[in-house]
Amino acid sequence: MKKINLPSFIGLSIFILFLGATWIWISIPPAGGTTQGEIRVPQEGFSAPDFTLETFGSDTYTLSDLRGRPVLVNFWASWCPPCRSEMPAMQRVYEDLQEEGFIVLAVNSTHQDNLGDAITFAQIRQLSFPILLDLDGAVGALYDVRSLPTSYFINPEGIIQDVVVGGPMSEALLRIRVEQLIEGDP
Amino acid sequence: MFPTIQIGPLSLQVPGLVLLIGLWFGLSLSERRARQLGENPGHLYNLVFIALIAGLVGARLSYAVTYPGAFSASPLSLISINSGLLDPIAGASIAAGAAAIYIYRKQLPLWATLDALTPLFAVMAIAIGVSHLASGNAFGKPTDLPLGIQLWGEIRHPTQIYEIILASLILIAILLVDKTSWSHVPGNTFITYIALSAFSRIFLEAFRGDSILIGSGLRTAQLIAWVLLSICLFVLAMRIHNSQIEAEAS
Repeated sequence: MKKINLPSFIGLSIFILFLGATWIWISIPPAGGTTQGEIRVPQEGFSAPDFTLETFGSDTYTLSDLRGRPVLVNFWASWCPPCRSEMPAMQRVYEDLQEEGFIVLAVNSTHQDNLGDAITFAQIRQLSFPILLDLDGAVGALYDVRSLPTSYFINPEGIIQDVVVGGPMSEALLRIRVEQLIEGDP
Repeated sequence: MFPTIQIGPLSLQVPGLVLLIGLWFGLSLSERRARQLGENPGHLYNLVFIALIAGLVGARLSYAVTYPGAFSASPLSLISINSGLLDPIAGASIAAGAAAIYIYRKQLPLWATLDALTPLFAVMAIAIGVSHLASGNAFGKPTDLPLGIQLWGEIRHPTQIYEIILASLILIAILLVDKTSWSHVPGNTFITYIALSAFSRIFLEAFRGDSILIGSGLRTAQLIAWVLLSICLFVLAMRIHNSQIEAEAS
């Protein structure tokens, strides 16, 4: 190895560590500087964008009205195999945890789906959570949904705690994420 | 941001795809480096493969142990493809343990093996940056600078691009270091890589908008990187000191 002057190396090391420590100190963010909570975008750590949709029974649901409850917003379509696969697990978790305030908003991408097929699927599977109809795709666009299924786990404060793109989600994943929402675990 | 590529009914997760490509390219660079160091590239492939498998299995089992109720209600979830059911810290620890056992049993030279693996680590760091760019994760804090990008409701520092640039510069630096006499001492390349990565993390983290803070608002990643950098510089200083003593003795 080519001879390196040890005192010079030590001096350089001390300078680098001092520089690093100074940079760490001056890069302390202002209070709230890394908090995303106030901005409404469909990303983990941010406030969930609000929306209002109707079910095929004409009941209306507004996301912000559900503040105080853990919510799973799931975008799906009846032709999408992983969407169909994860619905029974969602139904079981919903049945087990709805007394804790948990609710599933299953947003059907109706603009890309056949309404009759979606209704038939929900009836055959005996899905008891609200099936919302995104007739013009506006809510899907608001959530920047690029593939189905896509799921957003929203805590009682309205903050998105986890986003799962693709599927099917296993029952364990669903149960753990919802229990984390209920217990307030990050 | 391009988290998925839709090919007919198939939805490909871009971040995962990028990491796989990074693994393939990084391994081919490491294979070349192993040959230069006179090591058996087959051992390197086996080492990485065993560490990956052990890490994945360990990460899933650790998650199951943490949440036994959810897995006993749905045992098939143990073999689910959901990446959200992995414990990354336990997975990394178990992967490192499995790699250590393989190195010990095959009596591979530790420092030379780590040197050979360094190009893989450097390429994976670039791939992680690209995967962040694809997913929109590891985003920057808001900025007024013209180089800002529109992301998550704000004009933000393009920290994912900074990450890719810095990781690429580190890879180039490591490839250059390998051509110098500095790399002739086993372990120097690896330790230099860790030091450079730690320094780049200290610099880069300042622009992040999603840092985990501790104490009076210090960014956790910067503190860990600073400690790591200190250790690396200390070890390198000791190595220079020892090589000088050996030179004087001979």
